[in-house]
Amino acid sequence: MKANFKYNIIWLSLMVVGFILMNTLILVGIIDSFLENMLVVIGINIILALGLNLVVGFSGQFSLGHAGFMAIGAYATAIITSEHPNTLNFYLSIIVGIIIAIIAAIIVGVPTLRLHGDYLAIATMGAAEIIRIIINNLKITNGPSGMFNIPKFASWPVVYVMVCITTIIIANFVHSRAGRAIKSVREDEIAAESLGIKTTFWKLAAFVLGAATAAVAGSLDASYLQTITPNNFGIMESISILIIVVLGGIGSLTGTFVAAIVLGVIDTALQSFGPLRMVIYSLALILIMVFKPTGLLGRYEISLPRIFARKKEAKS
Amino acid sequence: MQTFWQQLINGLSLGSIYALLALGYTMVYGIIKLINFAHGDIYMLGAFWGYYSINLWHFNFLEALLSSMIVGAASGVIIEYFAYRPLRQAPRITALITAIGVSFFLENGMSYLFGSTARDFPQVIKQVNYNFGGVLISNIQILILATAAILMVALQFIIKKTKMGTAMRAVSVDADAAELVGISLNKTISFTFAIGSALAGAAGVLIGLYYNSIDPLMGMTPGIKAFVAAVVGGIGSVPGATIGGFLIGLLETLVQSVGLSAYKDAAVYLVLIVILLILPAGILGKNIKEKV
Repeated sequence: MKANFKYNIIWLSLMVVGFILMNTLILVGIIDSFLENMLVVIGINIILALGLNLVVGFSGQFSLGHAGFMAIGAYATAIITSEHPNTLNFYLSIIVGIIIAIIAAIIVGVPTLRLHGDYLAIATMGAAEIIRIIINNLKITNGPSGMFNIPKFASWPVVYVMVCITTIIIANFVHSRAGRAIKSVREDEIAAESLGIKTTFWKLAAFVLGAATAAVAGSLDASYLQTITPNNFGIMESISILIIVVLGGIGSLTGTFVAAIVLGVIDTALQSFGPLRMVIYSLALILIMVFKPTGLLGRYEISLPRIFARKKEAKS
Repeated sequence: MQTFWQQLINGLSLGSIYALLALGYTMVYGIIKLINFAHGDIYMLGAFWGYYSINLWHFNFLEALLSSMIVGAASGVIIEYFAYRPLRQAPRITALITAIGVSFFLENGMSYLFGSTARDFPQVIKQVNYNFGGVLISNIQILILATAAILMVALQFIIKKTKMGTAMRAVSVDADAAELVGISLNKTISFTFAIGSALAGAAGVLIGLYYNSIDPLMGMTPGIKAFVAAVVGGIGSVPGATIGGFLIGLLETLVQSVGLSAYKDAAVYLVLIVILLILPAGILGKNIKEKV
């Protein structure tokens, strides 16, 4: 506790400084509503990709079903806040979304996490599609036309705080005993099992935590965009989250931040290109993957202890 | 009973399209362990080639089919050469993302060049319905089934009897060992892509005739379903892909005919998950024991 106290304080103050800086820029008007929109989208994508990176990058379980859990959170918020729009209910709806997503993740994860590699990917993709199709056919979710006029509670500060909380939870999970357990499962499942690590339990734990963060992101997304349809949460959404994870570097939280920001900026910058936008985007994706196969950052992480150690070396 | 036979025929026609696509997935997966997400888009390219060749150069059905197979094969080889070959030693997930990138590129490139609206596929063959005791079979359905059957037999012949087919099987078992006995890895992989993509090109023309409508995003859903079919049949297994394709096609029409068409995709994925849980390697896939 004491050993890390210094670093924790530094991280916390960095977060607070970032928040104040951003808010001042918004107040002064340097960040207009267009850029603010970009920041919110980047923030939501960071939450989604962090959760998926935990599953794909750290526990090595290839999941293509992230959008399904996102849909659960989004619809929980949409339904609850449309009925009784107040701030308390918004946070309540996030919690409800998390709980339902956790239940769904356990139902999906217990049988499918026995599969490996591409089989797991295709099974989770199928599960997410089933979630989407069920939402598509329910009355309470307003079927395929989706829900609109969802009250807006998710503003930029809320998203920022949520990004910070998610990062803290996931970074701590990864660097804890649990994190070492799931990384050992990634490296060699049989070896991990023979050392007494309950591989199924830890895989499921990572999967459930990933699903819970996806639900949070879904809630924010629904509340910020105010309109959702089941088609927003199809295979393409899962894939675009996976793209952020792989582009940043599988198993690098810093990389996820970098990739989400880079992709968000590219996406905004290309907005003026109209239909050519996706062509350029896909070409950029292919080129980055061909020339930098491990993603932008590989497994590199920003680590304060290392930075300080280097400074000390330089002094002495 | 009559409706049952009718649905059976419809399911088989749809299933043979899925089977043709699934064969491409399964061959590519068998040889380089890559889910080729762009495969569904080669099928779209085939359909567009058919559309333009029939409209502009007045090709007949056979010419359109054969030329779109060539176009499909060529685009498959080009994609492999530029996008997948540099990544052969890279982590598999990287190759997968590249495949998704190629898929996006083809879909959006085609939308940009030709517009994203759906267009009517020219009917080179006039539809005639035959009535067998109340069961309607159109000549196009017969054509689809026959073409698919011929192509599958031809594929089986290539894989089992020719030198290149032997090389393909050798590479899929052990690429390093195959290289040691003098098999050219690059040539074999290119050939696999060519064959698989040619089948996708043919499927594109057939679906154009059957559904009468094509658009640049048409490859997405059938591509994913065909991949599901390949996994259900046992990915890497050629007969498995055929069985899986027909199974998915039949299941889909069956669910539709009992009035649950909103849930037809959910049924497909549910069957996928159940089959994977009972037979983790698919129906005909080899279950490899874990070794310590």
